[in-house]
Amino acid sequence: MAGSTAKQVLFEPIFSNNPIALQILGICSALAVTTSMSVSIVMCIAVIAVTAFSNLAVSLVRTQIPGSIRIIVQMTIIASLVIVVDQVLKAYAYEISKQLSVFVGLIITNCIVMGRAEGFAMTNPPLLSFLDGIGNGLGYSVMLLFVAFFRELLGAGSLFGVTLLPVVNEGGWYVPNGLLLLPPSAFFIIGLAIWALRAWKPEQVEEPDYKMSRHTAKEAF
Amino acid sequence: MAKAKDTVSRTLMVALVLSIVFSVVVSTAAVVLRPAQIQNQNLDIKTNILSAAGMLETGASAEQIESTFERFEVRLVDLDAGKFVEPSVVGVEDPMKFDMYKAASDPKMSTNIPSSEDKAGIKRRPNIAKVYTLSENGNLVRVVLPVHGYGLWSTLYGFVSLEGDLNTIEGLGFYAHAETPGLGGEVDNPRWKQQWVGKELYADNPTEPQIRLVKGGVGSDAKDKEHKVDALSGATLTSVGVERLVNYWMGERGFAPFLKNLREGEV
Repeated sequence: MAGSTAKQVLFEPIFSNNPIALQILGICSALAVTTSMSVSIVMCIAVIAVTAFSNLAVSLVRTQIPGSIRIIVQMTIIASLVIVVDQVLKAYAYEISKQLSVFVGLIITNCIVMGRAEGFAMTNPPLLSFLDGIGNGLGYSVMLLFVAFFRELLGAGSLFGVTLLPVVNEGGWYVPNGLLLLPPSAFFIIGLAIWALRAWKPEQVEEPDYKMSRHTAKEAF
Repeated sequence: MAKAKDTVSRTLMVALVLSIVFSVVVSTAAVVLRPAQIQNQNLDIKTNILSAAGMLETGASAEQIESTFERFEVRLVDLDAGKFVEPSVVGVEDPMKFDMYKAASDPKMSTNIPSSEDKAGIKRRPNIAKVYTLSENGNLVRVVLPVHGYGLWSTLYGFVSLEGDLNTIEGLGFYAHAETPGLGGEVDNPRWKQQWVGKELYADNPTEPQIRLVKGGVGSDAKDKEHKVDALSGATLTSVGVERLVNYWMGERGFAPFLKNLREGEV
């Protein structure tokens, strides 16, 4: 990706090279934390911060990292940043950090963070890497918020905790779709989003692994 | 890759420097943010207690919560004897600092519950529990008791608040659980929690709580309706869990001896 411009690295991951929709990375947390918008937003900010700063840190020391321990070095940097983010959330956004529970810690294993550190920051200058981290974090966020929008609206009848569709249990008319509050629904929504994205940008469609050959055998009888 | 940076000494050097730098970063963050985190945790517990007691105003600030909570007295209770004990028994000065759930996993501070009696599905029960009492002009008007037990997927932790007669429920709330959102998760629904208000724990025998969660709703002419609450629809196992944990904790092995003594003024 030599010669990428700042604008490219920042905006390409949002739709053209979305880490979730095209590279299918970071699905685990996209299933787990998308039951409500406010929780998703905090998760997005956490991931953007971690990808951006881990990219920056890795890129700053990239000429010094011995090849044999580079993955461990990246891991240490990412893990430290995640712990700091977790501590900050516990101190300043306690309610939401309770809901995110282990998923903040699991940012460490989010393939997007590691993938960008190894795939981009190791070979690019600090500023560009930093922007690349923000860009990929934004790409992740767009998908997360898209999923959370439908899950919270149709599953709980609200957005950001504000009731829009009064649900039956509370005396309204809307029968909430319980499936949308469970993790599998995120799979369906992500699947539909990928379908829509690839219909809009056909160049993202992958070549099929194999094509069925034409049926040529004669009828047996 | 240049050869120079792949030597053994260089590799060790980089690893060492990196470890030191990042351990400093991580420990600084942990130490600097620690006070704020502890404050949050304490505030969270107080909020849950006030919420179970129905004393939490919506949008109350941290100061308001603190000042309302000040009115409560935090005491420790020996569950078997049913009497108050001094905090020094469990090795703390401030009873607020005692963690009964941590104590439940310490063999010295808890007892094993035989599986035939383990209605709440908690396996071990701490010997000492933390209760919150509120008195006005020398009269006991409110007692908030901690309860926990297994639902469908998770252990539910919550509080039950009783009126001064130590029989009428004033509120109930769970602050930690992982039941199915929309089904068992409806234990958090304010409309459902509202139903508990005014229900009575005991009938004739003050050690046998009679709480039942019934399917299909409690009719206005239902028999014993002062002990009955609607079960959660689509969440049979969570409802059964809630029924059992309330009855366990308000029963003989739970707070019943303490409540009995308290009623008779013998604590």
